[in-house]
Amino acid sequence: MAKRSAPEVNAGSMADIAFLLLIFFLVTTTIESDTGMNRKLPPKFDDRITPPIIKQKNLFTVVVSKDNQLLVEEEPMELQDLREATIAFLDNNGDGKCAYCKGKKDENLSAHPNKAVISVQNSRETNYNSYIAIQNELIAAYNFLRNREAQRLFGESYLSINQKWKDAEDESDEKAEFEKKRDEIKKMFPEKISESEAKE
Amino acid sequence: MSKFKKGGGKELPAISTASLPDIVFMLLFFFMVATVMRQNTLQIENKLPYADQVEKLDKKSSIMYIYAGKPGPGYKKFGTEAKVQLDDKMVSNVAEIQAFVQENRNKVGETRVGRLIAALKVDKNTNMGLIGDVKEQLREVNQLKINYATLNGDPTKKNR
Repeated sequence: MAKRSAPEVNAGSMADIAFLLLIFFLVTTTIESDTGMNRKLPPKFDDRITPPIIKQKNLFTVVVSKDNQLLVEEEPMELQDLREATIAFLDNNGDGKCAYCKGKKDENLSAHPNKAVISVQNSRETNYNSYIAIQNELIAAYNFLRNREAQRLFGESYLSINQKWKDAEDESDEKAEFEKKRDEIKKMFPEKISESEAKE
Repeated sequence: MSKFKKGGGKELPAISTASLPDIVFMLLFFFMVATVMRQNTLQIENKLPYADQVEKLDKKSSIMYIYAGKPGPGYKKFGTEAKVQLDDKMVSNVAEIQAFVQENRNKVGETRVGRLIAALKVDKNTNMGLIGDVKEQLREVNQLKINYATLNGDPTKKNR
C-alpha cells in the first residue's frame, strides 16, 4: 500500500467543546466571599469580679425585642437613625475634657468616649438579621468617629490604616508603625459594646 | 485619483474565527482557577445577612466555619428548628462545638492557635437564642475571636 498522509483533524468543534466546559464552570462557580464583621467575645465570666457600676448617662441601651423592634434608651427608633444617635452619644463630651470631641455636651449623654458603654440586649427570638443590622450600625458609628480622628491626625482613614496593618509583614517596622497609629485611634474611641444574655 | 478608488463590488472577507477557541479557553481557565469547590455540603439553609462595615478575613489566620440555619430541602427529617452544622454533619447538641474547636486547634498547630477565627455563617432567619448558645460554647473553650460572615450591602434598606 502506498503511504497515505494522515488527514488533518478538523478543529472546528474545538470552540464548541471549550464553550461547553466554560458554561459548566460558569454555573458551578461560587466565588467565595469571606467577608464579615470581626468581633471579640468577652472571656468567660468570673464570679470574683464585681461588675463596675456605670452611670446611667454613660450607658446607651439598645434593645431588640423578640418581634425585632428597636428600642434605644427605652424609646422606639428606626434602624436608619441608630447610627446618628450612636455618634451623638459617643461624641457628646459631657465633661468637656475630651479635646477632640465635637459633640453637643448634652447632660444626658456620655461624659467621655472612654466612659461610654453601649449595651445591646436581645431576646432569644430576635432575628439574626436584625441583630447583624444593629451591630453593623454600631460599628459604623465607631468607624465614623475613628475615621474622622485618623483623617485629622494622619491624613488617612482608620480603615485604611487597619488594612495596611493587616497586610504588613509580621515584625516589620511598617507593621509597628501602623500598629501605633491604630492603637492611638482606638484609644480615642475605645469600643465598649456589652451584650447581655437574652432577656424575656 | 483613481489610485485610491475603492474596488466597487468586492465582498468583505469573512472574519476569521480561528482565535475563538483561544479566547474561550482563556475564559475557561479563568473560571477553572477562580472556582472553589465547596468542601462541605450544606445541609441547612444559608442565606447570609447584609452588612456594610465588613472586613476581609485575614489570610494569615486560620478559619473554621460554623454553619447554622434551618434544615434545607432534603434534610427535613432533622426537623424545622434551626440547627448547627460542623463540617459535614448536623449537630443537635451545641456542646459538640467544644470538641470541634479542639480538633481544629490540633489541626493548625500550637503556634497558630491564637490566630484561629471561628466564622459564623448563619442564616438570616435564625433566632438569636441559638447564636447565643453557640457563643456561650465558644466562650467555654476560650475561642474568643469570631467573625459574623455577611454579604456586603446596606442592611438599612427595606426588604432585606
